[in-house]
Amino acid sequence: MINERLYGILTDSFMKILLPGLTATIPLTIISFSVAMVIAVAMALIQFANVKVLKELARFYIWVIRGTPLLVQLYVIFFGLPSLGIVLDPFPSAVIVFSINEGAYGAEIIRAALESVPKGQLEAGYCAGMSYLQTMRRIILPQALRTAFPSLSNSLIAMVKDTSLAANITVTEMFMATQRIVARTYEPLALYIEVGVIYLMFSTVLTWLQRVGEKKLDFYGYNRR
Amino acid sequence: MLEVRDVRKSFGKLEVLSGIDLKVEKGDVVAILGSSGSGKTTLLRCMNFLETADNGTMVFDGETFQMEHISKKEIGRIRKKTAFVFQNFNLFANKTALQNVTEGLIVARKMPKAQAEEIGKKAIEKVGLGDRKSHYPHQLSGGQQQRVAIARALAADPEIIFFDEPTSALDPELIGEVLEVMKELAQEGMTMLVVTHEMNFARNVSTKVVFMEHGKIVEEGSSREFFQNPKEERTREFLRMADRARG
Repeated sequence: MINERLYGILTDSFMKILLPGLTATIPLTIISFSVAMVIAVAMALIQFANVKVLKELARFYIWVIRGTPLLVQLYVIFFGLPSLGIVLDPFPSAVIVFSINEGAYGAEIIRAALESVPKGQLEAGYCAGMSYLQTMRRIILPQALRTAFPSLSNSLIAMVKDTSLAANITVTEMFMATQRIVARTYEPLALYIEVGVIYLMFSTVLTWLQRVGEKKLDFYGYNRR
Repeated sequence: MLEVRDVRKSFGKLEVLSGIDLKVEKGDVVAILGSSGSGKTTLLRCMNFLETADNGTMVFDGETFQMEHISKKEIGRIRKKTAFVFQNFNLFANKTALQNVTEGLIVARKMPKAQAEEIGKKAIEKVGLGDRKSHYPHQLSGGQQQRVAIARALAADPEIIFFDEPTSALDPELIGEVLEVMKELAQEGMTMLVVTHEMNFARNVSTKVVFMEHGKIVEEGSSREFFQNPKEERTREFLRMADRARG
């Protein structure tokens, strides 16, 4: 099945697909996920601390973002906003959408993790003279993030793959690069499998990093008995 | 040294504390007895402002506070001079035994780390856990965890320590080691307010006993008076039941 021509196309295209992976897919993921984590921690803390008004806004944000497709969100920002005179480049548009989208999911993961830390430790912090913020920062949040780590790793892996949707708003990432080569060579099966394999490589590295991270993270004596 | 007057607290329609007056002198070891639901834990939590009382006056160290609208600053001031030992220990799970003891000193009192560790080590050795300093709570037995919690309380050099059923969550064979530490503190003159079901502790260690029921104090008096010569019929009944439970 694999003749010389196809072999040539595949080896030729490998770098042409991998390169936008390194210049678009990975930066898009890293920047978006970092911003998303900031949003997620903030939204989770607002809900956990029961801050009036802000809590309602956080719930509203999470409700809207989780209730609408990522693809629709991309279209609204990139194709929709220009009608209001707001014209954004493809890459920043994608960063905005992926950050906001992942922020909503991450907020729920972190909120659940915060709630899994026994509330008594907060009271113990108060009784030791520590303030709410001091206790959250030094006692509750580290434990919650430890609990949330596997779920957040999961989200990160999902995001790497979801960035392929950015092709729809003309971000030249791996999937778009592949589409272009397919249009030229008419080898959809081989090339789409090839890009799939490259995504799998990325995910594999992240899965491995997750395992290392979980081992490295302080287990507070849980695995050292 | 510490006095509360007319403390009231309701959760919804349920009145848990219906006007409690309590006075603790320096060096007192006060045991608060009473069946479950009598309001004794709520009283203790109100006195350290983990719950806000609906009404009440507190006099502590010569200062008078209105308990229902006390400011955060005032609570902070009171908590600097008090410590609390919980039924479920509530150790910081992400900190070692020593870090549990030093955390409050370093973070809340801005003490230099070296000085905090010196105090922390002394406190941990005092409760007999010198060899468990770098263990995490998860690696300690319940009794050891509670002793770390007591060390954490001691390190703050408080004027009074509140104990909320400190042995109720422990396996029977671990209760003794915690009571032993508490007894030692009592003998050294530490002022303690102890909600407990341990009749032996109330009888032999505490100087004063308060018996509560339905959010009210039924009877209070010196430990000897309370056990040998209870005045109220309800107290006698409670003591009879406790005796029978002991077999």
